[in-house]
Order: sequence, then C-alpha cells, then structure tokens
Amino acid sequence: MMTLREALEVVAAHRRDHVVIPTMASIGVWPALSDTPRDFHYLPSSMGQMVSVGLGLCLAKPGLGVVVLAGDGSLLMNLGCLVTAGQYRVPLSVVLIDNGLYEVTGGQPLAGAGRVDFGALARAAGFDRVYGYESAGEWAAGAAEALAGDGPVFVWLKVAGEMGKATPAPPRPMAEQIERLRAVLDAP
Amino acid sequence: MVNGASVVAALEDAGITHLVWIPDSHFGTWEAALSASRFKPIRPCREGEAVGVAIGLMLGGAKPLVVMQCTGFFEAGDAVRNAAHDLKLPLKLIVGVRSWHAAQAGKSRDTCPHFADKLVAAWELPHTRFDPTAATPEQAAGAIRDLAAGPGPGVILWAE
Repeated sequence: MMTLREALEVVAAHRRDHVVIPTMASIGVWPALSDTPRDFHYLPSSMGQMVSVGLGLCLAKPGLGVVVLAGDGSLLMNLGCLVTAGQYRVPLSVVLIDNGLYEVTGGQPLAGAGRVDFGALARAAGFDRVYGYESAGEWAAGAAEALAGDGPVFVWLKVAGEMGKATPAPPRPMAEQIERLRAVLDAP
Repeated sequence: MVNGASVVAALEDAGITHLVWIPDSHFGTWEAALSASRFKPIRPCREGEAVGVAIGLMLGGAKPLVVMQCTGFFEAGDAVRNAAHDLKLPLKLIVGVRSWHAAQAGKSRDTCPHFADKLVAAWELPHTRFDPTAATPEQAAGAIRDLAAGPGPGVILWAE
C-alpha cells in the first residue's frame, strides 16, 4: 500500500500537459505538487461528478488529456460515469485513490470496503486499459505506460487511509480557477 | 408541430454545441432526428451525471444543453446546485414535466407537475414554461434561443 502523497507524486511526474482534476482528500496534497492553470481543484464540488466533469472537458476540447483523481467514496456515488466514459475514445485517465474510507468526514468505512474489484468494474464498463498498483514502487514503474497512449484509462491505486486530517480547501476561489483554466485552454 | 426535426433546427439556430440527454417517452420521439444530426447526443446514465458532463463542457468553452425529465431533475439537485451556484456556470436545461397535460385535465395524480415548479424555483433557476402541443416550431425555436442567449443558468419546463 502507498500513501496518498506517494501516489500523487507519481501522477505529478507523469501528467505532462494534461489537465488534472483533484477532488476531496487529494486536494489536501495536490496543490503542493502542482498548482498551474491546468490544475482544476474541483471543490466546492458535487461529490461523485469528477469523472463526468473530466469527460465533458475531453468532449469540449478534442485531444485534450485529462487526469481525474477520484476517491473511491466519490466514484461509488456515481458508478454509471464509468459506463458513460467507456463509450468514448478520449484521453481521459481516471486515477482511483482506493483507501476504503470517507477520509474527509473522519474515516468512516465505505460500503464494500476491501471487497470491490474496481478494475473489473472499469473493464466491464468499457475501459480497455485498466491498471492496478498496490505499492508506490510498482506505480512509479508503471505510470509512464498507464498515463500515456489511448484512453480512456483506469488506474486503481491501493492507498493507506489517513485519519484526522483537516477538510481540504482549494488553493484559490472557484471563479479564479475557472478563469485560469479557460485561459490556458483558450476556451471562450 | 414541434418534433425532433424542428428541435434540431432550433438547437442549431441557438448555437448549442452539445446535447446531453436522458430521454423519457416524450423526448425519446426526438431520437431519430438527433441521431441523424450533428447533435449526436451524449448519453450519461443518470441525470446528476448529465450535469457533471455539462460542467466539463462549459469549462472547455462549449455551449451544452441538458435534456431530462423532471424525475431526473429531482435526482440531480446537488449537481445542479454545484453548476449554477458554486461554479456559476450558465447551465441550460430543458426539463420535461411528466403528466402536465393530464394534471391540467384533472386526470392524473402524478406529483411531478406539482414538484417540478417548486424544485426549479428552490434552486433559484430562472425558468419559463413551454407547451409544445400549443406552440409552433418557430415558437419552440424562440424559446430555445432565449434560453441559450441568457447569460446565466436557465430552464424550460416542457409540458408533457
């Protein structure tokens, strides 16, 4: 198992010019690793919508690569998003942070924690490229392949839950985030 | 008569770039015309998810329209709140009001017409009502054009 920071450090090293959408607990770490206009910290959010938001960006800007940092609790709230995204051959990478917990609410266990085969779910939903990693070393060795090439891609990371952390906050107001993102994407 | 073909023409006229929809038995009659047009619909699984896709489209500079029945709108409340009020994006929706005609005739106890108005108002979304059985294609085009042209979020409550 890897720590959240170890998991995200590997993403930061391999994201190239992709837009990255952190959500929930990952927002507590990601700004220290990357805080460019292509980092869209989706908070305030509607929990579970991060993959859908990423897919919409891909469809609006063909060719744009998007990496979504999804928590397992968030993904379970909107599992249909995998079926929707699986319909499209777009450069969307869903990186699942699986810690079995609702971490930002104090660490309560999720439904099915430790029993859900997220890789099988993603394959069945239409993701042709599915990867799974249990240690930081394996993830570091596999990330270059996993985060390159055709999409959509699903990466399942086993991450240690961390209790007692403060609820994360985005590094800047949403209006400013949107303005920066649109400017860098040349989106009207 | 307002039908799929006239709706496709109206979407073109209004500058809509993408259609995100979950059809019901009324909107489903538009399927053939939409599939044959450049508006090959984006097909999510649930209505809140449809709004999430629309958020991404809008962040990327597109002008999507989301079409759903009011039952799905009820489910999608948190995503609608996030799009319209947290992110302040110009979310545009056509929401089908199930059983509206039957309720007007006193022939339905469906609670959809009662709650559709209240829920759209609760989310503080500017909205208009449109009855396709009492309107021309030109009037439908005008309603969709007005919806698309507004600077903020907006809803057409579409009588079914």
